Amino acid sequence: MKFKFTLAAVIVAGAATSLTVQAGTLEDVKSKDYLSCGVSTGLAGFSQKDEKGNWSGLDVDVCRGVAAAVLGDASKVKYKPLTAKERFTALQSGEIDILSRNTTWTQTRDTSLGLNFAGTIYYDGTGFLVRKKLGVKSATELDGAAACIQAGTSTELAISDYFRDKKMSFKVVTFDTSDQTRSGFESGRCDFLTSDQSQLYALRIGLKDPAGAIVLPEVISKEPLGPVVRQGDDAWFNIVKWVVNASIEGEFQGVTSANAKTLRASGKPGQKRLLGTEGDLGMKLGLSPDWAYNIMTQVGNYAESFERNVGQGSPLKIKRGINAQWNNGGILYSPAMR
Amino acid sequence: MSVPPNYIQTSKSRGSFFNNPANRALIYQFLLLMGLGYFFYIIISNTMSNMEARGIKSGISFLGETAGFDILMSLIPYDSTHTYGKTFIVGLLNTLLVSVIGIFLATIIGFIMGVAHFSRNWLISKSSTVFIETFRNIPLLLQVFFWYFAVLSSLPSARQSLSIGEAFFLNVRGLYLPHLAGDEGSVVVYGAVFIAITSIIALHRFAKIQQEKTGKQLPVLRLSLAILIVLPLFATLIMGTPFHWELPVLKGFNYQGGTTIIPELIALSLALSIYTGAFIAEAVRAGVQSVPHGQTEAARSIGMNEKQIMKLIIVPQAMRVISPLLNSEYQSLVKNSTLATAIGYPDLFTVFVGTTLNQTGQAIEIVFMTMAVYFAINMFISVLMNLFDKKVSLITR
Ligand SMILES: N[C@@H](CCC(=O)N[C@@H](CS)C(=O)NCC(=O)O)C(=O)O
Repeated sequence: MKFKFTLAAVIVAGAATSLTVQAGTLEDVKSKDYLSCGVSTGLAGFSQKDEKGNWSGLDVDVCRGVAAAVLGDASKVKYKPLTAKERFTALQSGEIDILSRNTTWTQTRDTSLGLNFAGTIYYDGTGFLVRKKLGVKSATELDGAAACIQAGTSTELAISDYFRDKKMSFKVVTFDTSDQTRSGFESGRCDFLTSDQSQLYALRIGLKDPAGAIVLPEVISKEPLGPVVRQGDDAWFNIVKWVVNASIEGEFQGVTSANAKTLRASGKPGQKRLLGTEGDLGMKLGLSPDWAYNIMTQVGNYAESFERNVGQGSPLKIKRGINAQWNNGGILYSPAMR
Repeated sequence: MSVPPNYIQTSKSRGSFFNNPANRALIYQFLLLMGLGYFFYIIISNTMSNMEARGIKSGISFLGETAGFDILMSLIPYDSTHTYGKTFIVGLLNTLLVSVIGIFLATIIGFIMGVAHFSRNWLISKSSTVFIETFRNIPLLLQVFFWYFAVLSSLPSARQSLSIGEAFFLNVRGLYLPHLAGDEGSVVVYGAVFIAITSIIALHRFAKIQQEKTGKQLPVLRLSLAILIVLPLFATLIMGTPFHWELPVLKGFNYQGGTTIIPELIALSLALSIYTGAFIAEAVRAGVQSVPHGQTEAARSIGMNEKQIMKLIIVPQAMRVISPLLNSEYQSLVKNSTLATAIGYPDLFTVFVGTTLNQTGQAIEIVFMTMAVYFAINMFISVLMNLFDKKVSLITR
């Protein structure tokens, strides 16, 4: 009895003193000397592990960029594969330092989860993947069809909105992981698979018969994808935000992994400011002056990252489209880096 | 060995309140309770203030907001314009449905397989053993996947459905059955069914009393069947058959109309009932084995046949052993039904903890509500099974 009581007292005392201490993520990352990054369980072009265990993709490059900027080494990242359902809890609980998992920036998520979106790295929208032999040419012909979706995604909402708006009926089969979703589609459980369009291209190349499925032309929602951090740690929020901007600005300024070294010494003022030989942009973020130089040399600018992972240098062959620079027909625009 | 002093005696003689162990125990228990209360208070208030500090929304007002997503299957009217609160009910009903189906089938499978073990036929008794050992030892999740993808991949597409008489259709989207829709006057038939069932129960009572008094046995089974068929049939004819069949018809992508049983429900029910059935079979086997062989011999010597021995001697005694085991198997089945989420069967876990939690972000409230539901279902099962337990132990005296 006495023992039990003492135990209870100790626990109570412990609980009472466990205050809401939340160390700065920057210090935390620096002291453990790696970045913990939440990614998908495997999605070609965005975050995928190869046979050797190396992660690559557009989302992965955000983490590598942050690691390069903060730790000077893009490889100092530990990846944590997360399903759509697990991702926000993992970030809220501090299990990861940054979530970079094709996550749509929505107002609800931004304002009610205690999280902040640090920018957009890919402007996407919900699309449809259908089997060719169904003979469907447009989403408007899908009345009465069944959809395979991954649970816990914004897609679940977008698809309901669309069918309600078009006064069409449909059935939705929701799966936990993207593998299960794909198997559901392949086994014919549903007529179409729906997700962000970029992910449809990625899922399509993973099908047994990729040529037997097509992505319909319709895009029915806004899905701006970007990295997420915990709310209330502004220093860290700023870092992630400006790492994203630096990669976009790098392309705009014509800084690449190949020429960064030369431009650092002899570039235009804007290039030099980005690369840390002029001004003190790095210091203002609490980082070293060569933070963006490290991103450029180790990860490359946005265009390099895009082409390597989802563009012409990849099996996905996605065109830049609206993800081109603003002066090139797209909407990518980094705020001024000065 | 020295004799310890009489503790209570001495403390009483000293007369100190605190030296009385009974009082002391009371005080410690009170303090522990206070401590525990404080502990939970601290945890809850800490969580609340932490969540507020981190800008995480809390409270249960979200239950009244529009859900905005669709659900594959619902026993009540539901669409994406309904509330999050409704998604809770939809999920809950689907959980109850698969649990009831699972418990029902598992019990039948379990009893058949358990009794089959004692069959004199070598093949039957061996297959019971193989069944039990196989399905008890493969992880349930694998079995769920197996049934789901085995069922899915062996079924044809909607346009090539298997059909029986253009009324039943089976394809990869599920099993489509004709739906018996009641017209005006169908209430009378439902009433007749109700009366039939009540009179069957009465008949059983009567037959039992009759047997105890006179020793005569009535053909209860045949009589019951006759009542069950004749009464409703009579009502149907009188009311001019107040029913019509709604047949599923192929429209666009799939069959519409009639009743649909989705493959997720079929696969999950199969997996749960076979897995749990294997455990119940094992319990039944143990129960039957616990009845001493002498009982059978005694029964034989007074001229009972094998069927009577099973029904009147062995099963009632075996039930004493089986019933508590059944209780825990049923409870496991309910908890295991959350594996629905792996194949997308929209049970409470898939819908509420899966989608609703992710759309609202209100993890604590939702997880707590869900835990409470599973707790309540299992408490309910426990209460029912305890009643049942009392009944079987009374019968055997
Ligand atoms: N942009 C969507 C994400 C959609 C999503 O998760 N898509 C699936 C495609 S089926 C995916 O990427 N799955 C990968 C995984 O679960 O690892 C959102 O933020 O809700």
